[in-house]
Amino acid sequence: MKNNEAAENEGLLVRRIKNGTVIDHIDGGEALNVVKILGITGTTQEALSIATNVPSGNMGKKDIVKLTNRELSKEEVDRIALISPRATINIIRNFKVFEKKGVEIPTLIEGLVRCPNPGCISNTHEPIRSKFRVRPEGIHCIYCDWVISRDITSHII
Amino acid sequence: MHHIISIGDFDRDGIDRLLDHAGQIQKKKYDAHALDGRILAVLFFEPSTRTRLSFQSAMARLGGTSLSVGSVEACSMAKGETLADTVRVVSGYADAIVIRHPKEGAARLAAEFSTVPVINAGDGAGQHPSQTFLDLYTIRQSMPLDGLDIALIGDLRYGRTAHSLASALSLYNARLHTICPKGLELPATLAAQLAAKGTEIIEHDNLEEIIPDMDVLYVTRIQRERFPDSASYFNVASSYRITPELLAGAKKRLIVLHPLPRVDEIDPRVDALPHARYFEQSRNGVPVRMAMLMQVMQ
Ligand SMILES: [Zn+2]
Repeated sequence: MKNNEAAENEGLLVRRIKNGTVIDHIDGGEALNVVKILGITGTTQEALSIATNVPSGNMGKKDIVKLTNRELSKEEVDRIALISPRATINIIRNFKVFEKKGVEIPTLIEGLVRCPNPGCISNTHEPIRSKFRVRPEGIHCIYCDWVISRDITSHII
Repeated sequence: MHHIISIGDFDRDGIDRLLDHAGQIQKKKYDAHALDGRILAVLFFEPSTRTRLSFQSAMARLGGTSLSVGSVEACSMAKGETLADTVRVVSGYADAIVIRHPKEGAARLAAEFSTVPVINAGDGAGQHPSQTFLDLYTIRQSMPLDGLDIALIGDLRYGRTAHSLASALSLYNARLHTICPKGLELPATLAAQLAAKGTEIIEHDNLEEIIPDMDVLYVTRIQRERFPDSASYFNVASSYRITPELLAGAKKRLIVLHPLPRVDEIDPRVDALPHARYFEQSRNGVPVRMAMLMQVMQ
């Protein structure tokens, strides 16, 4: 019952979509970072709706992002996991949830985060993407060992 | 393909094996033709004559030859070219590459693009594993590596040799005692990593007080550039200077190490004491690097 109620409430905030992806259970306030990760801007095609700070039983507050006519690549899902490990990805086809899955934090993040260390080789014109290994205490640059332990989103390229 | 990029890539067994091998080499138990016909490219983008000569000597003692590119040549060769390209080209000329570069992570990058093994001989403020191996080797000549009380003295913020030694010793249950000027403390991230591995780090203000409890003093250079003027530098530097008087109350087995070159950190009168091991430490560079070369090329 409770779930239905919640769904009703969300329905008021964000319209249902025919085909596309609903990213649900995003940590409260992180929706805009999810949009940033997905590279959606005024020049891209997707119609996008965002609900932020939606009351949620388990999480207190959550954000929701709905994208029409777009399904996400594995790499994109991994990136979302990094900033919102409890997020769920719902693929919608013809108004129905075709597939629902959680996200998994990757062990290696490539090309997503810029190393804050100015002396790091990854901040030069070398033909490489940044690479960070995910560890319990934070993410480590594999080149210079720099650790980013909080506010990872502010380092997203 | 086996590279040697960071001491952090080694577990305790791996370190012990390499040190054991270096010990055999030092006893002249090695094949002087082990690397006959092999070529080592020594690619230094930053001057460090000692490290370069030490690798070249190591290669020659194993029957191999080396192509050495000094810092001026290396930089002009690389003019406008990426390090990735330079490494791709040079790995066509040699069977292994030793690289020193001012940027952190340069050796890791080189290993990604090289078709031959890469050994890191120092990358900026980052890693310098051959120095760490020879530091460990020198300590082990005097005492087992387990459970040591080691004092890290001087510039602990920028002193990369102290960082890698601290990381390596955390595998051997060392207690780390730090003594350094304000502003030159161990980087917080490193301290957190060491603490996470269960290593005890104890900060001290007074060097003299802790000398009687120490097994190893690891002294690093405090650079004059870190201070606003010469007077404040001399003031600070003199309070970290190792003298025979300071060592009067030391354990018999205490050893003093320094990655050299030293400036004022150690009084020359200490050289004659049995505690002084920094010249031995520097001589150990050749057998330790021989072991490293054999490990990557055999
Ligand atoms: Zn880095």
